[in-house]
Amino acid sequence: MELTSPADFAKDLVQAVQDYSVLAGRSMSNLFRTPRYFADMTQQADLIGFGSLPIVVLTGFFTGAVLALNSANTLERFGSLSLIGQLVSVGMVTELGPVLTGLMVAGRNASGMASELGSMVVTEQIDAMRALGTDPTKKLVTPRVVSTVFMLFFLTIISDLLGLIGGGIVAQFIFGMDSHQYWSSAWQTLMFRDVFTGLVKPLFFGFIIATVGCYYGMSARGGTQGVGRATTQAVVASSVLILLVDFFATKFLMAIFGYR
Amino acid sequence: MAAPPNAIESPLKSTESSASPVIVFDNVSIAFEDKTILDGISFQLARGETKAIFGIAGSGKSTILKLTLGLLKPDAGHIHVLGEDVTQMSEESLFELRRKIGMVFQESALFDSLTVRENVAFRLMEEHDLSEDEIERRVRESLSFVELEHTVDMFPSELSGGMRRRVAIARAIVTQPEILLYDSPTGGLDPVTSTTIVELIVKQRDVSRTSSLLVTHRLQDAFVMATHYFDRKSNKMLPLPPGARGEVPMGFLILRDGKIIFDGGVHELSVSKDEYIREFIS
Ligand SMILES: Nc1ncnc2c1ncn2[C@@H]1O[C@H](COP(=O)(O)OP(=O)(O)OP(=O)(O)O)[C@@H](O)[C@H]1O
Ligand SMILES: [Mg+2]
Repeated sequence: MELTSPADFAKDLVQAVQDYSVLAGRSMSNLFRTPRYFADMTQQADLIGFGSLPIVVLTGFFTGAVLALNSANTLERFGSLSLIGQLVSVGMVTELGPVLTGLMVAGRNASGMASELGSMVVTEQIDAMRALGTDPTKKLVTPRVVSTVFMLFFLTIISDLLGLIGGGIVAQFIFGMDSHQYWSSAWQTLMFRDVFTGLVKPLFFGFIIATVGCYYGMSARGGTQGVGRATTQAVVASSVLILLVDFFATKFLMAIFGYR
Repeated sequence: MAAPPNAIESPLKSTESSASPVIVFDNVSIAFEDKTILDGISFQLARGETKAIFGIAGSGKSTILKLTLGLLKPDAGHIHVLGEDVTQMSEESLFELRRKIGMVFQESALFDSLTVRENVAFRLMEEHDLSEDEIERRVRESLSFVELEHTVDMFPSELSGGMRRRVAIARAIVTQPEILLYDSPTGGLDPVTSTTIVELIVKQRDVSRTSSLLVTHRLQDAFVMATHYFDRKSNKMLPLPPGARGEVPMGFLILRDGKIIFDGGVHELSVSKDEYIREFIS
């Protein structure tokens, strides 16, 4: 393996961050410029939204269920099993629903975008598109960003709901809790700030997934191997960024709502 | 080495093409990773002229075409296309200019997830102001030009290399651009298919009067183009009558080590004394 000097590495990194920011910025500013590709947006929305539905349903359901199992174990020791509903709903809605859905969609779609755009780069299809007078950031990147943000929002809601259902089933059938009690405590404990936090996060995560996936795709170099590398990097980078942004977003939103 | 004859004085220049050139390279240099590929080259393409570019593999022929479209930016020099300096233009304004230029990429570069119809119609659909029927009509017309009408519903992966090349030509000509850039349109093809493509290019030149740059490895193809014309009546490519030299607007450009060592017509080329060129054309 070739070794790069720290200076070169830093230079490359700065360049990469700059290129990424330009692409991310353009993906948004394109929304205010014609042409807008609505057909491509709906096609991507279908691909990202309905395509991801099965895994989002499964992860949501089992996360809620396992959350109930684990917390019940602890709560039982303090004799406060009735708090399961609250724990599951707050945990799912503010944190696990958005993050796990984000990670799942990142694994599925950031890689898909990176490999699709990457193949187009190495086979000169992107150059061909530019040569035909079409801006690839408008035709390819913006529709992916818009539809990922849009669909991730709803996928997260679905995941939250299924998590609650999963938790409810565990609470009822394993711990013999009354389902009415579970749902009312789950519902009542949710405050505006929890729901707000939980619904703002997927907007950021969707943006990260699509822009990172497209960025690695568009900067793929070096044939099929390069495309493979871009795909892996896209998943790793978008997952890490999701977790990072999740921390800061949580902290920031807490500050806004005056936790501390 | 004698100074290369200037294209402007070329006897092949047809009278109408003496007007303003459509492409001007002015002292253009480009290097990739410290390796100089083009070293201050200058040439012009007159309106209506077809100029064939030769050079060994890796001499920078494809690079010239990409520079013309503004897909690459030179390290130094200026490139004027249809009067605009592409080296100074933003990507946004380049998109407008590129709509007037058609390019056939070396590896065809068809969109592999779109059908042949959608590939050829790509530009027409982007323009948004044409009806479905009109698009379909023009796609068919363009495909019949390359004799591939029956492939409209196929995907590029289902076509042979030569068919893909011809679909790429159909995609480039569907809007009847002012300039066409062909990158090795006959590369790696059998003689029969090559001849079909050469005939297509001659037809574009003589019937549509498109200005074009043509990269090729096969000198004989360019010689055929310089010695034949397209006859509209018989819809065939015919040899020029003897003594009709200079009737067709065809020029030659030879690259070597980043420089242009020859820029002129078929006649100068055939009488050139330069050893490298002699070896090249033999
Ligand atoms: N994007 C790039 N990055 C680095 N080097 C490049 C790039 N594009 C071209 N080159 C180099 O520039 C040189 C010229 O490339 P170009 O594709 O123009 O050659 P060519 O004359 O078209 O060759 P061929 O006849 O094989 O098609 C080659 O040595 C190639 O390695
Ligand atoms: Mg080439």
